[in-house]
Formats: sequence, structure tokens, C-alpha cells
Amino acid sequence: MATATVPAARRPGAPASGRARPGLRKQRRRNTLAALLFISPWIVGALIFTVWPILYSGYLSLTDYDVINAPTFIGLDNYRQLVNDPKVADALWNTTFYTVLVVPLQIIFSLFLAMLLNEAGRASGFFRTTFYLPNMTPPVAVGILLLLLFNGERGLINKALGWLGVNGPNWTTDPNWVKPALVLMALWSVGSTVIILLAALRNVPAEMYDSAKVDGANFWQRTTKITIPMISGTIFFLVIVNTIASFQTFTEAYTAFFGSNYSNDAALFYAIYLFQQAFEFLHMGYASALAWLLFLIIMIITGVQFIFSRRLVYYEGEQR
Amino acid sequence: MTSTEAGARLEVAERAVTNEPRPHYRRDRSKRPLPVKIIVGVLLVAFTALFIYPFIWLISASFKPRGEVFDNKIIPDTFTLENYVRVWQEAPLALWIFNTVLVTVLAATAVTISSAMVAWGFAYFRFKGRGPLFGVVLATMMLPGAVTMVPVFLIWNQLGQVGTLTPLWAQNIFGSAFYIFLLRQFFLGLPRDIFEAARVDGASNWRMFSRIAVPLCRPALIVTLIFEFQASWTNLMAPLIYLRDSDTFTVPRGLKAMLDQFGFGGNWNWEIVVTASVITTIPMIILFFLAQRHFVEGIATTGVKG
Repeated sequence: MATATVPAARRPGAPASGRARPGLRKQRRRNTLAALLFISPWIVGALIFTVWPILYSGYLSLTDYDVINAPTFIGLDNYRQLVNDPKVADALWNTTFYTVLVVPLQIIFSLFLAMLLNEAGRASGFFRTTFYLPNMTPPVAVGILLLLLFNGERGLINKALGWLGVNGPNWTTDPNWVKPALVLMALWSVGSTVIILLAALRNVPAEMYDSAKVDGANFWQRTTKITIPMISGTIFFLVIVNTIASFQTFTEAYTAFFGSNYSNDAALFYAIYLFQQAFEFLHMGYASALAWLLFLIIMIITGVQFIFSRRLVYYEGEQR
Repeated sequence: MTSTEAGARLEVAERAVTNEPRPHYRRDRSKRPLPVKIIVGVLLVAFTALFIYPFIWLISASFKPRGEVFDNKIIPDTFTLENYVRVWQEAPLALWIFNTVLVTVLAATAVTISSAMVAWGFAYFRFKGRGPLFGVVLATMMLPGAVTMVPVFLIWNQLGQVGTLTPLWAQNIFGSAFYIFLLRQFFLGLPRDIFEAARVDGASNWRMFSRIAVPLCRPALIVTLIFEFQASWTNLMAPLIYLRDSDTFTVPRGLKAMLDQFGFGGNWNWEIVVTASVITTIPMIILFFLAQRHFVEGIATTGVKG
């Protein structure tokens, strides 16, 4: 794309290749130097805060380290402990259960809202804004709202259920209902997912719907045969993105269910357990091993989702 | 680095590979039958109410006297400003707000300037190894923050910065992979002729960047500023890791401490926690309304999740 610099006609006798011209070579070297100068903040930062931490974390995961005393090498003991730690199993179960529940619900609910917005015409700007508003609420405040709205005896949710004649559960204390409460709260902040889906919906050609209507396709057929296939690429992404995010859920759950003298192990998500091991119990080596397990799990899930997507995702312009 | 960011990074990376800009398709909505329009309208209004109601509830609860937080009335029986007075007495809220503003301003400014520089380095110059190096940038976007969390803490601990606000923003002077990616996309969209012309006129590399490229990319820079401001303002995990002393707390960290003290602490002063939540949320809401257009467009075009 550097065509703009190529002269329209070369002077007769001039060297055929720019490489041979000393001036140009010097300029190229200067260019590389300038580029590296611009990029240098990132290179320095990546070496200090990414490359070194990855290597060091790998090493730490093989040690016993409490920050005060020097790390002692213990081989694979951390990983052995991790396999036998019932809390790790609990945390993984809680995280997986939450993810399996929250991700599909988020996508379906967001798609529903995005389709509504797509039909809203001129007013969609206003509704878009209101749907995004909860995303601006600091997660700590969301955690607090959860405690209050889902309070078993006096919370608004159970009052509303009471009007419908339903006896609501003790969301915030009953281990069976803590995760559903977190899921419902997560559905409140789907705004950004909605906006991404709306952008995808706007890119579906209108003629497709028109011709489908001429052929007599009803709303359901148009949705399943046109809309969803056409935006399947975006949906796939959101599934991956939301899964990864969900596997690292921390703030809302930690705020609402863990405190100075309070914890509800039904909300013990993997990221919370990792945080506790590292910064509450100062088991830095064990926490590093936990971090690597999380990394591995996320890689596997993402990999599996990619394999599935080959069959399910339609990319425009792709040859089949 | 929040968890959602990691995901957003992946989205953006893939978009770059698969999504070419497409023409805008418009559907003629005037042809819709009236009942459809009515159903759509009713549903939209209903969901809007559902999304807004918790805010209204929260704000209204902050004006209720002690013990009436749960009465769930929107207009309180007795309207009181006492909670706002008490919050100020119970916690060093002004100090927390000052700390948070300091951290967010430094974090957002630093990350925007450095990410723009790096992005420009990748967008404008052609040099050996540019492709692979940018591949590394993309790869770091996908790394879960948990893997580097412990060693990065140990670095700040070695530097004697644990307990100060420095770890909450200083890393940002090295840029952030996600914003580098975002800004590079915008820089690549600028017509190259402008820069060739400036070069002929003898403009230096720095001048081309700071006087031509940066002003032309203002919208993208604003998006970066806003996103980092939001991420930084709402962050709880980093303050939990790095801050010890109540005087150094940021607002979310302080709010969590208040919840532990007044909520779980046994005396159940929910109205204090509620009021502090309102105070924490309001700056974000103001920012949102000021920058609303940039927010929504930024998300739609880049796939960022807040």
C-alpha cells in the first residue's frame, strides 16, 4: 500500500531497486527506528507486566510462597493439592453452573431486546440509552442492589412475586437461590450485548426479509432462517466473550456474599477463591497454580466453542 | 483489566479478520401494521421501566429514614436528607472521591496518550516484524488477568508501592493492548496522502502524529478516555489487592468497606450503604449522559463491553 511514494516514471539509468540507493536505505532505517520509538512504551510494558509475570507465575506455581519468606520449590505439590481441594471442586462447579445458566439467557434476552430496538425506528436511540444505563452502575453498587432487591423477607422481588401469589425464596441466603439471583442481576446489565447485537441486526439486508415475505414466510421462520443465521458470527463472539467473562466473575458476587465476617459458599466462584488464596491467605504459589488451571480451562472452552462454531456459524462471503 | 475486557478483546480481534465494513441496510418501518407497532412500543416501554426501576428505587431509598429502606415506596412517607449528612460523617467520603478522581484521571490520560503513540507506530510505519509483533499485542488481549495478578502484585510489593494508589494507574503509561488495537483501526482509516504531503513539507514524525493524526482521531481518543475512566472508576479488585488504609481507599473499595461495616456488621444500617451507593453511581451516570453518543457508538463499532 506504499504506492504513493513510488515515482510515476523512473529516470533512465537510475537503479532498478530502491534497496541499492543509500539514501533510501538510510531513510528506511530511520523509519524503523521512529516506529520502534513510538511502540517502545508497549514493548517495555509487555516485558515487565506480561512476559515476566507469565514466566514467574509458572515458577511460583511450583513453590510454596507466603510473600514474607522466600519461595520454596515443592514441585507439583500445588497441582496435587488443587486436584484434591474440595473448595476448588466447589468453586469450579459454582462457576460452571452460573456460566451455563447466565450465558444462554443473556444472549437470548439480549437478542429479544435488540430485535425490539430494531423495530423501534426513530425512538430506538432513547431505549438504547436506557438499556445501557445499568452497565454504568459500578459493580459494587450492583452487588448491594442485589442484596436489597432480592432480600428474602422484605425485598422488592419477593413482594412482587407475592402479588402474583408466589412465595419467593430466600435468594440471598438459600444456597440453591444465590446463583439464580446473581443470574437475574446479570440480566439487568446486558446493555452492551444488546447494542452489539443491534449493530449486527442493522447489517442484515432488508431485501432478504422482503423476498421471504413474498414467499410467505412467517415471523418465526424469518427469525430462525434469516436473522439468526445472518448474525450468527456476532452471536458466536458474544457466547465466547460472555463465557470468558462469566468464568472470571468476581465483583458483584464478592461484594454481596463475602465480607469481614460473612461468606456464602454458594457464591464461591473460581476468581473469588483465587483471590482469597492469594491475598487473604497469602498462598501465592497455590494461587498461581489456580490461575494456570483457570487459563487452561478458558483455553479449552474457547477451543471447543471454535470447533462447534465451524458447523453453526455462517460468514458472509464464505465459500461452501 | 476487568474480566469483560478480556472477552471484548477477543471480539475485536476476530472482527478485524472477518468483518469488512458493510453497506447500511435500512428497512422501511412505516409499512408495519399498526398492531405490531403497538406491541413493540408496549414491550419497549415495559422493559425500559424494568431497567430504570432499580435506579429510582435506590435513589428514593437514600431519602428514607432509618428502617424504612425496605418499604419499597417510591415517594417516601418521610423525606429526609439525614442519610447524606450521616454518610459524610461516617466515612472519609470526600477523601475517597478525591482518590478515585485522581486515579481515574491519571489512568485514563496515561492509557490514552501511550496507546495512541503505540497504535500510530503500528498503523503508519512499515517495518520488518510489524505483523508478528502486532500479533503479540492481540495475543496479550486474550490472556486472563488472573495469570499475571500474583506476579504483578509482587512487582509492586518489591517497589514498595503496595498501600499507595500508584499500582492502580501507573501500568497504564505503557498502553493497553485493547486500546492500541482500537486506535490503530482508526489511524488506518486516515487517508495516507495527508501524511505524504506533510512529509514533503518537512514535517517530523512526531509532528505528523501530534498535529495531524491525533486531532483527526479525536472521537476514538474520546472513546478510549471514557472506557478507561469507567473501568477505573468502578474497579474493585485492584483496590482490594493494593489498598490497606481507609485513607487511601477509592470509592468502590470504600463502599465495600461500608457494606461490611454497616450491612454485614450486625447493625444493618442499610440506608447508609444505599446512600453511599447512590453517591458512587452518580458520577458514572453524569458521565454517561455527557458522553452518551460516544459510548453507544463506541460499543457498536468496536464490540467493546463495558
